[in-house]
Parts: sequence; C-alpha cells; structure tokens
Amino acid sequence: MYYLWVFLIGGFICMLGQMLIIYTNITSARILVTFVLVGVVLEAFGIFEPISAFARAGINVPIIGFGASLAKGAIGAVKARGIIGAFTGGFEATAGGIAAAVVFAFIFALIFKSKTKS
Amino acid sequence: MDDKKRNEAYNKYVKAKIPKTRAWPSLFNSFLVGGIICCLGQGINDLILLWFPSLAEQTAWGYTLIVLIFIASFLTGIGVYDKIGKFAGGGSIVPITGFSNSITSPAIEFKHEGIIYGICVKMFTIAGPVIVVGIVSSIVVGIIYLFI
Repeated sequence: MYYLWVFLIGGFICMLGQMLIIYTNITSARILVTFVLVGVVLEAFGIFEPISAFARAGINVPIIGFGASLAKGAIGAVKARGIIGAFTGGFEATAGGIAAAVVFAFIFALIFKSKTKS
Repeated sequence: MDDKKRNEAYNKYVKAKIPKTRAWPSLFNSFLVGGIICCLGQGINDLILLWFPSLAEQTAWGYTLIVLIFIASFLTGIGVYDKIGKFAGGGSIVPITGFSNSITSPAIEFKHEGIIYGICVKMFTIAGPVIVVGIVSSIVVGIIYLFI
C-alpha cells in the first residue's frame, strides 16, 4: 500500500521541520524558505523525480514540491524557449498554487474576522 | 553598563517566558499530522485521477494542491488551522497547507487596517520571502541549465 510510504515520508519531512523549530528556534517563514530551496536544489540535481515517483504526495505536498516545480518549470522552459524560459518557467509552473492561495486568502479575509482577539 | 545589566535581565526574562516545547511528543505530533496531510493530498489526487482519467499527472497535482490550499485557507478562516498548528508545529507548517495558512492568517489578522494596506499588503509577510527566494533560485537554475 503506497499510502504507508506517503505517510512515512511526508511525516518524516514535517518532522525535520519541527526539529528545525525546536533546535534552532527559527521562524516559520525561514522554515518555508529553507524547504523551498531544498526542493529547487533537489530538482536541479535530478534527485526529486525518482523520490517523487516513489513517495508521491509524501514529497509533493510538503513545500519541497513547490520548490521542485519552480525549478522544473524553469528548466523545461529554458530547454524549449531559451533564456526567456528561465524567467517565465518557474512562475508558469506554480501560478495555479500561488493564485489559489492569494484569491482564497483574499475571499476568506473579507468573510471572516480574526479569532485571536476574541 | 546599566544597559548591559538591563539587557541581561530582559534576556533571562524572555527565556523564562518562552513556552518550552518538549521535544519528543512534538516531533511525534508533527510526524503524525504531516503524514496525515500528505495522505489527504494523495487521496484527493487519486480521486481526481479516478474521476478525470484523461488528466496529465502534472495537471492532476495542480488541482490537488489547489484543493489543499482551499481547505487550509478555509480552516484558517474559521480558526481551526491555528488549533491544529498548536498541536502539530512543523507538521502544519511544512506542507503546502502551511503556505496557504501563512497567507490567509495575516490577511485576516490585519483586515482592520483596510483592504489595501491590511489584507493585500500583509498577505505576503511570510509568503513574500518564500516566493522571492523560490523565483530567484529557479531563475538561477534555469540559467545554469541553459549552459549545460
């Protein structure tokens, strides 16, 4: 059952994040940045694909997958269209996720009130 | 000299006040919740491919991430995601749902400062650096691939 691997690998990556929090006291923004960079590097060296074929959502759902698709988009576009691809490819590949996060955040911010104050 | 003494006292005070997370339970919790979120993502992806078998794998992942982002954004809106976050720590930050939460949460928090300077500006306090670093590094990788 591949769900077991998804659970184990996804859980392990998240646990690494928690270890960073406990042992280095870094903030969540730095954790996200670190993991995005890890994803970009893994994709650039061609390590991400074999892991992804095996771990599926276990590595695609953590923000590492976001970094990897940025790099993958840039690499693919560079090969297809030359240097302009380096600038357009990353955003193209991740546009759906960024746009979704922005538009849902905007809508829900209009609807809901802050809970922490009450 | 006085300043130094005061700073030391303050640092001591801060250290005493910072909530101490006990390492092992929090590691276990983050593992558990992170694993569950990834399994949820895999489940959504499998359902999408079951209903629309003609989709390319890349497109199916795109839909999956959008669904996860929607769920996390909604849970942030109704205040549930923060409770999950208190329990899970890194387990709720590292998945793409944490990225969504990091955009929605300040947007709601600073709503009272207005739509432009509140919601639209503060939305990117955490996501901004993530996107900047991601874009810059992906361009670097793309240019490197141009020459090899």
